[in-house]
Amino acid sequence: MMTLQAFLIISAALFCCGLYTVMTRQNGVAVLMGVELILNAANINFVAFAHYLSHVMGGQIFAIFIIVIAAAESAVALAIFLRLYANTGSVEIDTADRLKG
Amino acid sequence: MLDNLASVGYFLPEFALTATILVLIVVRVATKDPQSVAFPFLSLVGIGLSILLASIVPAGEAKGTFEGMVAYDAFAVFFKVLTALAAVIVVFMSMDSREMEGRPQVEFYVFMLASLIGMFLLSASTDIVMLYLSFELVSIPSYLLAGYVKGKVQSTEAAMKYVVYGATASGSMIYGFSMLFGLTGSTQIGEIGKALATGNLPVVPLVLACVLVAAGFGYKIAAVPFHMWSPDVYEGAPTPATAFFSVAPKAAGFAVLIRFFYTVFAVSEPGSSVWRLSTEVDWTLLFAVLSAITMTVGNLVAIKQDNVKRLLAYSSIAHAGYMLMGFVLLTPAGIQAVLFYFVVYLFMNLGAFYVVLVVGNSCNGEDISDFRGLGTRAPFMAVSMAVFLFALTGIPPFSGFIGKLYLFAEVINRQIYWLVIIAALNSAVGLYYYARIVKSMFFDVPESTEAIAVPAIPRALLVLLVAPTLILGVYWEPVARIASNSIRMLAF
Repeated sequence: MMTLQAFLIISAALFCCGLYTVMTRQNGVAVLMGVELILNAANINFVAFAHYLSHVMGGQIFAIFIIVIAAAESAVALAIFLRLYANTGSVEIDTADRLKG
Repeated sequence: MLDNLASVGYFLPEFALTATILVLIVVRVATKDPQSVAFPFLSLVGIGLSILLASIVPAGEAKGTFEGMVAYDAFAVFFKVLTALAAVIVVFMSMDSREMEGRPQVEFYVFMLASLIGMFLLSASTDIVMLYLSFELVSIPSYLLAGYVKGKVQSTEAAMKYVVYGATASGSMIYGFSMLFGLTGSTQIGEIGKALATGNLPVVPLVLACVLVAAGFGYKIAAVPFHMWSPDVYEGAPTPATAFFSVAPKAAGFAVLIRFFYTVFAVSEPGSSVWRLSTEVDWTLLFAVLSAITMTVGNLVAIKQDNVKRLLAYSSIAHAGYMLMGFVLLTPAGIQAVLFYFVVYLFMNLGAFYVVLVVGNSCNGEDISDFRGLGTRAPFMAVSMAVFLFALTGIPPFSGFIGKLYLFAEVINRQIYWLVIIAALNSAVGLYYYARIVKSMFFDVPESTEAIAVPAIPRALLVLLVAPTLILGVYWEPVARIASNSIRMLAF
């Protein structure tokens, strides 16, 4: 029987990995992967809490909503990256420096 | 709490916007002209209808609709009307924009209306599921609006930065929500507040959750240190979209910030007009410091900007800092000051962006040097720009002064003197960079002295934006009354 702590530790680790990826990776698509890790960390939290603590469906439903929204967000983000690639030939974040000051 | 069927009657403004989006798509299929004037016209009708529906349904008693997912109260109605008004002005702005080759295509309006529905729901949501959904409904169409100009690299780059920051911020917010859910076992913010008020919860996860949630909201209102996206996005996005971002999502962000933190972390003292914190988390101090840093960074960085859109981006960061002052006070008067400031800010900020748009259309640029000699080339525009800029500075007799007066007075009442001093110094810094544009318009010699023709519609709209900026500076009592009636939030 797994305990709640185990899930919380996994999700915290996943969250940190995601945040680290977002902060350090230069490739736009890799950053998106980091965001997915963060969202899935939250998903694990929601489902685990809903299972162990409260026996209402709120947590599971929230997780489903997050999955759907994450898909929508990635679709839009990938479309934008595709446009950036068509315009500049790269999706590297540090080469996108036309706007600064 | 009303069930789903009974709630429908309180959801008419959102229905009107949804219907408008569907009509727009159908009309696009039926017409041949991708830039038909029918699209902005239909959007105006739809938004106007939603304003009408939002304001005629009697506010009466605050209600929780859709099984407690969405609140129906005066506070939400205020922000619905405010964001919808911003959208109306932006539709007018979009009708003649060089960046978007004349008039934008139908997608622009569809994204804007979708984002507007998100703001309606965001300012009313009382459940973290609804809150997250509407947060994303505001954000996702905004990314697309920022990247609307297909061939312009800056616009695409703005969209890319917006989406990367936005996704990360909402991700960390949702992780904070998951911790709150774990601590309290509920997704209703009222229930969360009650559970936290019992007091026997571990402090460390609570503080962590509070900070993560604040990061998400801070991103939406562009508060330092979550502001990094906003100058780039404001500069790269087409000007009408920038004007929209600078007012509407910020207003919705403030609405949800106020509703969430007051419901979850504070309870109103019976018999007095002051709230008190119900938990160990001292978010008022957190946000007071955030407010001071936000206004200081915004103002100091604005000094060295040469692009007017970028300068206004930093100035709007500074204004978010001023408004946060009212939020941290835990008094109804503080919230009233924030609401009043938003009305004032709506007109002066959109007005400034409108002038930037018209100048950009005729001079092909948005740098301060493009404003040289505007005083002789287009005197009416230059004078209105000066009015907007002085109002943004907060000089009497313009409306910005009254807005700041309300905020400052309440902070002084609550005896947080250090914050007032920082804010006053910041206003002085603001004068410097706003006056730089005014000086360029009236005293610098332009390269060409040829007059800039301003068509009738921008001229009329500028009058409509200048008038409230001037009138609210001398006769603000009705708006202040509306603001004070609108602080009633759904209580739990």
